[in-house]
Amino acid sequence: MTTTATPAPAATREAYGPALVKLAEAGHDIVALDADLSASTGGNKLAASFPDRWFTVGAAEANMISIAAGLASTGKTVYAASFAVFMPGHCFDQIRVQIAQQRMNVKLIASHGGISVGEDGASAQAIEDLALMTSLPGMNVVVPCDSVEADAMICRAAEDDEPWYIRLGRPKLPVVYTDGASFQLGKAHQLRDGSDVTLIACGLMVGPTLRAADALAQDGIGARVLNMATIKPLDAPEVIRAAEQTGAIVCAEEHNVIGGLGSAVARTLALHCPVPMEQVGINDTFGQSGPWQELLDEYGLTAESVVKAAKRAIARK
Amino acid sequence: MTTSAAPAADTEALLDVCKRIRRHIVEMTHAAQSGHPGGSLSATEIFAALYFGGVVRHDPADPLWERRDRVILSKGHATPVVYATLAEAGYFSTELIPSFRSLGTELQGHVVRNKPPGVEMSGGALGMGLSFAVGVALGHHLNGFPADEGQIFVVVGDGELNEGQNWEAIMSASHFGLHRITAVLDRNHFQNDGPGDEIMRIDPVGDKWTAFGWGVQHVDGHDVEAVRDALLIARARTDAPQVVICETVKGRGVSFMAENPAGWHGKGPSDEQLAQALEEIEAGLS
Repeated sequence: MTTTATPAPAATREAYGPALVKLAEAGHDIVALDADLSASTGGNKLAASFPDRWFTVGAAEANMISIAAGLASTGKTVYAASFAVFMPGHCFDQIRVQIAQQRMNVKLIASHGGISVGEDGASAQAIEDLALMTSLPGMNVVVPCDSVEADAMICRAAEDDEPWYIRLGRPKLPVVYTDGASFQLGKAHQLRDGSDVTLIACGLMVGPTLRAADALAQDGIGARVLNMATIKPLDAPEVIRAAEQTGAIVCAEEHNVIGGLGSAVARTLALHCPVPMEQVGINDTFGQSGPWQELLDEYGLTAESVVKAAKRAIARK
Repeated sequence: MTTSAAPAADTEALLDVCKRIRRHIVEMTHAAQSGHPGGSLSATEIFAALYFGGVVRHDPADPLWERRDRVILSKGHATPVVYATLAEAGYFSTELIPSFRSLGTELQGHVVRNKPPGVEMSGGALGMGLSFAVGVALGHHLNGFPADEGQIFVVVGDGELNEGQNWEAIMSASHFGLHRITAVLDRNHFQNDGPGDEIMRIDPVGDKWTAFGWGVQHVDGHDVEAVRDALLIARARTDAPQVVICETVKGRGVSFMAENPAGWHGKGPSDEQLAQALEEIEAGLS
């Protein structure tokens, strides 16, 4: 699936609707489901172009997930979309038994992930979804850093018959992959090289992490930057290589520090190559209302936090 | 390739297969010293009618035949009646039955999709079967199946109807006009903690289903021919999803289970109890 670079800032969620239309036009036997949030997820774009391939089930996420499993059992590639607080929040059991245990060809599109949802406040801010999803055997869990990578993930998911969890976001972000995405499931993508520390980020934190690498360079510190778009299966060889070659690791994510990217990397390091590691993320607390950029500052999801964490990690070598 | 239902068994044969299914149920829960005999015995005539009454179009030699009817166990703990029925229908050898719930067996404690072949959906977490059926019915519609092909029968428990997801599914099945779906309610009036009327009342359950836009039939769930006739009527309807509410007795066919249904939701009989149960089943007592 080819992708097109988009220079203007865009939300990762904006990739979903056009990607669905592209897949349907390319002849994929897809069906997409929504749960009364199709204007926000973008699923309504498929409804406009291919009305027979789209269903809304109303505000009933548990029903949607089991319906998705049933549809998949008839040979369809199914996309099911909602907000990350409701899917998996309202339907973890259905995802566990009917999607993961049955290994159904269902792609879960979780929009509005993380604290950057903003003004809607704590109940609307998914900070624990990656923990839930990575705990399920066989679930592919990915987080794009921009709309180009999101498009590549959504299209790549249609190429296999495995369950996926694709976490998208609400705010418009600068495009990282201006020359097209290089997404490969289960593979880290190195954005910068460096030998003093490795900064591993996903999603919305990739941008600030690149800025942190720039700031560290001004202090004479060479920071490698890995975009770890796949949380599961984690690219353990690349993490180990980074630990061996740079001797210090920082993880940055828009998620609770418990159960997300940082936890997965920490486990890999502890098992294979223990080196000093620091985390930037939500420190086991719920969010609140506010403009999304102010929330990122309030909870320390910034380039400055990554710089400080890098210096702490290096000092512990 | 199978294109129609297996020949329907006559009355005597239907009664006989009910006895064999019941025998398997008590034997396998005895062998495992666990499992769910009560809610399996109550559903025995339902499964006998589905598979041996000429209702379900299926092919044990080709379990994944695309246009088969599907039988989905939503009350996913009632595996004994499913395994007993599938073995009798020829999906696998009855010799496998004693392996129920043992390490490495395909006959898991709760249903697992395609293990053994013929099991359509993984379950055990209640309330998901009707939603799954909605998805299957939408898929069959999109795949262009003729109206009388790819029917879906979902066996649900009455305690299971406490789960709200059922009502999401019931609402959506009529909203989408999914006539291929027939729910078969095993109305045995008992759930894990005791009598359903005390735990969480669901009556008037038929009126609720009617209000949600379904066609409703009530039958004696232990009159195997009445169950079969109701299922055939439901199968032929193309105007709305259908439910057959089967009045049943939890533990039916084994006196000490039927008299103490709450005590026999989830355990296996002792050696002495097995002997008594087999005797009563053979005699056709209830």
